[in-house]
Amino acid sequence: MIAELGLGLLWLAAGLAIIQSVLGMLGLWQTNRPDLGNAVRPVAVAQALLIGLSFACLIYLFIVSDMSVKLVVANSHSDKPMLYKVSGAWGNHEGSMLLWVAVLAIAGAGIALAERRVRRDTLIATLMAQGLLALGFYAFLLFSSNPFERLNPAPQDGQGLNPLLQDPGLAFHPPTLYFGYVGMSVAFSFAVGALITRDVGPAFARATRPWVLGAWVMLTLGITAGSYWAYYELGWGGWWFWDPVENASLMPWLAATALLHSVTVLATRDALRAWTVMLAVVAFSMSIVGTFLVRSGILTSVHAFAVDPQRGSFILALMLIYIGGALALFALRVGTVREGAVFEPVSREAALVLNNLFLTVILGVVLIGTLYPIVAQGFGQQVSIGPPYFNPAAGSVALMLIVVMAAGPLMRWRSDSAPKVLRRLAIPLAIGILSLLVVRLLAPDMGVLPWLGLSTALLAGTGSIAPLWKRNLLRTPLFTWGMVVAHLGVAVALAGMAVDSAFFKERLVAVNEGETTVVGPFSVKLVSVEPIIGPNWTAIEATMEARRGDGQPTTLHPQARNYSTPPTDTSEAAITTYIDGQLYAVLGKQGQDGRWQLRLWWKPLVTFIWLGGFMIALGGLLALVGRVWRERRGVKSEEIAA
Amino acid sequence: MKAKKQRLILALLGLGAVVGAGLLAASGLKTEASFFFAPGDVAGIDLPLGKAVRLGGMVADKSIRHDADGVTIHFVVEDGKAKVPVVFKGIAPDLFKENSGVVAEGEFRADGSFVASNLLAKHDERYMPPELEGKMHKTGSLKS
Repeated sequence: MIAELGLGLLWLAAGLAIIQSVLGMLGLWQTNRPDLGNAVRPVAVAQALLIGLSFACLIYLFIVSDMSVKLVVANSHSDKPMLYKVSGAWGNHEGSMLLWVAVLAIAGAGIALAERRVRRDTLIATLMAQGLLALGFYAFLLFSSNPFERLNPAPQDGQGLNPLLQDPGLAFHPPTLYFGYVGMSVAFSFAVGALITRDVGPAFARATRPWVLGAWVMLTLGITAGSYWAYYELGWGGWWFWDPVENASLMPWLAATALLHSVTVLATRDALRAWTVMLAVVAFSMSIVGTFLVRSGILTSVHAFAVDPQRGSFILALMLIYIGGALALFALRVGTVREGAVFEPVSREAALVLNNLFLTVILGVVLIGTLYPIVAQGFGQQVSIGPPYFNPAAGSVALMLIVVMAAGPLMRWRSDSAPKVLRRLAIPLAIGILSLLVVRLLAPDMGVLPWLGLSTALLAGTGSIAPLWKRNLLRTPLFTWGMVVAHLGVAVALAGMAVDSAFFKERLVAVNEGETTVVGPFSVKLVSVEPIIGPNWTAIEATMEARRGDGQPTTLHPQARNYSTPPTDTSEAAITTYIDGQLYAVLGKQGQDGRWQLRLWWKPLVTFIWLGGFMIALGGLLALVGRVWRERRGVKSEEIAA
Repeated sequence: MKAKKQRLILALLGLGAVVGAGLLAASGLKTEASFFFAPGDVAGIDLPLGKAVRLGGMVADKSIRHDADGVTIHFVVEDGKAKVPVVFKGIAPDLFKENSGVVAEGEFRADGSFVASNLLAKHDERYMPPELEGKMHKTGSLKS
């Protein structure tokens, strides 16, 4: 019954999406009938409620393990821990698409309920665009990915969830990313709305900004968490593989980062009008491209799990319609967008333009590198593109970007003089150049990219706290703090990446129980190897004792796990965190002579990578809270004045 | 007039960034694209020495041999047309076994053997690297 209820709610929500779009169009066209436009808001809210309930039905089916539902059978099992029963609801293609469209509708309801800054007609046009977007994905769900499909006869039990996905971090990874992806849809819809009503200006930017900030925070968190998941779950000791699925989340993030900065220019200085609208379109386009890459299974990927050409072509068609439609609208209306305010070549606006240009280049490089294998495949050639392509091309531009990031906040709006900027930047620049020399002397074998990276990180780290210099810290606005924390986070993450990739130590050996081996500053003893039993797996677990110099020993327990449903072997790395890095141990196989393979890494400062990621997200959150708070206060003082 | 000129400059800069990205990507792809080979593809041609490539095929029956250090393995990859000896140092993936598919990342050596830095195996029973599947159907060595 619940499955039919969920499906019914899904159809009703799709119907409301049609009504929402049609009412929006009529409301814009028939300006003498305000009731039509007024009805759009409640319809958007109702649509969100229905699809939210539909998703709740799916979660319920997973919780009670209803084995007459095909999706539950394929992705769940009755003796799975409760957390993974719930997360199983979105740990698969159909469920995650339902979550996708639910988030889209909830974002639409958010605009309908909370947005009071933009013009009425722009708001109606925005909600109409949001309804049209949702409609395409409802069609996708209902016609090619029905999550509520029944199975007759119902089997005894399900096939279980891929064990790699049975991880507390990953339970929340997809929803976080989806909030980010779909949050971009709001910026997209606002851009479409503002283009339709010829209303591109600071009001549009101020309405869009909190959504962009929120979505960007979510994307940042999702990418950071995903990177850590890949690091400890895959057991390869790496934190970024340039895997297409990773790139699929990186590309919207790059576009959103550019948009975040240009939307600020538009909101505060009324410059970069057409530019910002274009970025809003690009940012959401990248979200759809990302969804397409992940969901169509078109790419070879270490974690591609849905391979279905029909779905692929469906999403491809949606992608072409939405992106093409928005670009066509842009081309038609860009002539009506007035030029923005003028600024000098040396100014904060100019620095932010440079930020946008560099981000665009990185985005282009990543996009081409990710899509090239598909195009080559069309010509019958099997190619894979990996770190040797991405690292130098994207890395070198990223370093230039980060230097600009340190300088930008120290420049004045509209016009500044180069000598003054250099003077404000003197200390960070000196530290950066000095560290170039010192690092070269201390570590002559360091690779070029880590060497430049570490120096850039020091420059950017000092540069990013410089805006607080000589300021009353208590009276510094929250969004300025946000910027400082986020920029510092970039420097921290970069330092972690540079130090880890230059100074990690790796040891690969086969040892007997009781034997000791050395990795970096540690001596590691394999004490014993025992079989153990978990809730839905069995494992071979090693006990190791790691000692740093003469310090206290710490115990590590890497495992080789074996899951029964579905039958899969996974390797659970053991990781010990120290203040200056992590010791990472993987248990391999036992040879015929009884020795165990061990793979050990000492990874100095590797934790800085994710610490930096969380700082970037925290900075975004501070900026978001600061902006919203200031605007609330602004509204109140306006009311008092009136 | 000034605003119009600034807008033109911005548009040109944006265009420049897109073109620049394209050029940067093209030069990177030219040197760093890693091509996929089956053993039959490299028989009798000039080996792509010194370039990161991927070699895919079946692990030949009774070909896996372990070195005394316990972490180096030797095996042979075949596709029904030719065989390539491979050496790999590391922990082999769980699904790596004889008569099963494998994709090795690494480099060819001048003697025609292959040094793998990484072995890709399937994450679960359902997954097969698409390019491997295509090649194997072509050579008829995949019996399904």
